[in-house]
Amino acid sequence: MIVDQTTFRTALLDATAPRPEGLSDGAGAPAGRRFDVYRNNVAFSLTEALETAFPVVAKLVGAANFKLLAGAFLRQHPPRSPVMMFYGSDMPAFLAAFGPTAGIGYLPDVARLELALRESYHAADAAPVAPAEIGALAPEDLMARRVTLAPSFRLIRSRWPVHAIWRFNTEDGAPKPAMAAEDVAVFRPEYDPVPVLLPPGGGAFLEALQSGASFGGAVEAAAEATPDTDLTAILALLMSHGAITDLGDVR
Amino acid sequence: MLDATHHRFDRLPDAPGVGYKPQHFQAIVSDPGCVRWLEIHAENYMGDGGRPLAQLRHLAERFAFSVHGVGLSIGGEGRLDPDHLARLKRLCDWLNPASFSEHLAWSTHDSAFLNDLLPLPYTEATLARVADHIDEVQEVLGRRMLLENPSSYLAFDESTMSETDFLAEVARRTGCGLLLDVNNVFVSATNLGTDPVSYIEAFPLDLVGEIHLGGHDEDEDDHGAPLLIDSHGREIADPVWTLLAITLEKSGPRPTLVEWDNDVPEWPVLEAEAARAAKALSLVAS
Repeated sequence: MIVDQTTFRTALLDATAPRPEGLSDGAGAPAGRRFDVYRNNVAFSLTEALETAFPVVAKLVGAANFKLLAGAFLRQHPPRSPVMMFYGSDMPAFLAAFGPTAGIGYLPDVARLELALRESYHAADAAPVAPAEIGALAPEDLMARRVTLAPSFRLIRSRWPVHAIWRFNTEDGAPKPAMAAEDVAVFRPEYDPVPVLLPPGGGAFLEALQSGASFGGAVEAAAEATPDTDLTAILALLMSHGAITDLGDVR
Repeated sequence: MLDATHHRFDRLPDAPGVGYKPQHFQAIVSDPGCVRWLEIHAENYMGDGGRPLAQLRHLAERFAFSVHGVGLSIGGEGRLDPDHLARLKRLCDWLNPASFSEHLAWSTHDSAFLNDLLPLPYTEATLARVADHIDEVQEVLGRRMLLENPSSYLAFDESTMSETDFLAEVARRTGCGLLLDVNNVFVSATNLGTDPVSYIEAFPLDLVGEIHLGGHDEDEDDHGAPLLIDSHGREIADPVWTLLAITLEKSGPRPTLVEWDNDVPEWPVLEAEAARAAKALSLVAS
C-alpha cells in the first residue's frame, strides 16, 4: 500500500476524512491517532500563525471564534509559501465573505491594517531625506518632483474608523471609536511600524504620490478630493517619520 | 538592501550553540555565557530589511551562524520551489553562514505549504527524489548541506530500508553531510519501539556536522503506548542527555545545538541547557 502525498495532505487538512491506510505504529498495528499528531501540528501551527498576525481581529471576534474562523481560513487558504511572515494576505477578503463575520463591515479593514504593519516591519531599510533638504527646496521646485516613499510605508484608506478601532484594542485608555472614515499611514521611523491617523486630504495625497504623481499633482488630487486638505500637517508627518527617501529629479 | 558578507566563520565550532530568538538579542550581546554560535530558521529572515536582518548583521560579527531551513520540502513529490530556493540563496549569500541544513521531510504539496515536517517512506523512489533535490540545493547554494533525521510518529508499510541506511545512501550519492538530532532519535525509537543506541551505532557518525537537542512532550497512542511529540517547548529530557553522551563518545566533539522554539524561556534558562551540552562536550574533548 503506497501512501502518496496527495492522500496524506487531503487527510491532514480534513479531520473528517479517513486516515490513510498503509501507516502503522512500527509493530504492525494501524497508525490510528498517531496520524493525528500531524493533523494537530498543521492546524495548531497555522492557527497560531494567524493569531500572531491578526491580534486585533482576534480580540474583536473573541479568541474562541477566531480559532473557528482560522480553522476555516487555513483550509480554504493554506499558505502558498514557506515564508510564514506574510501568511494571511487573503484574510480581508475572507472576512468579508465568511458568514459569521460578513456583517462586520470594518473587520476587513482592521485585517488590512494588521497586514500592513507586518509588511512594514519586514520591508527594506532606506535612509530618509533630511527635513532640512526638503525645506531648502523652492516651492515650485518641490511641486515638480516625484518623490520616493520609504519601502516600509503603507496606506490604508477606510470607510470606517479603522485607526480608532485599532487604538481602542491595543492601547489602555484609548477613546471609544466614533463613526468616521479614516485614512491611516503606516510609517516605520526605525524598526517599529507606527499607524498614524492622516489629516484631511492625507489619504488622497499619499495615494497619488504612491501611484507616481508629482508633488504638485498629488496636491491637486488631494484638493479635489477634500477642499480642507491640510498640506502643512501632511508634510510635517512625512518629515517627522522619515517617510520620504528620495526627492527625485525635477520633472 | 542586503549588504555585507562575512568570512570570519568557515565552520561551526565543536561547542554549544542555541536556536536564536529575537527576544534574547540584548542578553546575548551583553553576555552569551558558554554559547559560541547561533542557528536561525531561514524562513524567519526572508524579509527585505528591518529589525530581523539588522540583528543578524550585528550578531554575525561575533558569532558563527547556522542557517536551518524548515520549509524547502526536500522530500516533496513535486519539484523544489525555485522561488524559495532563490530566497535561500539570497540569505546564504548575504549572511555567509558556517553551515546550511534542512530536513528529511516534506511540507509542500500542490503549492500548499503545510508548516510541518511530514514523514517519508524509505524506498528507492524516495531515495532517488531526495538525492536529486539535494543535488539541486547544493548546486544552487554553491555549498554542501547537512540533512537532518526526522522525528517519527508512525511508519510506512511500503518502506524497504532503515532510516540510517537511507540517510547514509543519500549522503553517499550527494556528498551532503548529516545533522543528527539526538532528541529525534529518542522520540522516534520510543514511538516505533526500536532501540535508540542501535540507531546511533548504525548512524554514519563521521558525516555528522552538527548535533541537535530539544525538549519533547509525552502523549500516548490508541493502545496506551507512549507517544512522544517533538515540541521544542521545554528542557531536554534526561534520557536524551544520556543518548548525547553515548553519541559524543563515539563521534567525538561536534557543534551541538539546543533548540527551544515554543514557550521560549528567559535567556538564563536556555544558557543553562547550553552549559549542560558544554559539559557533555568537555568530557570527550579531543
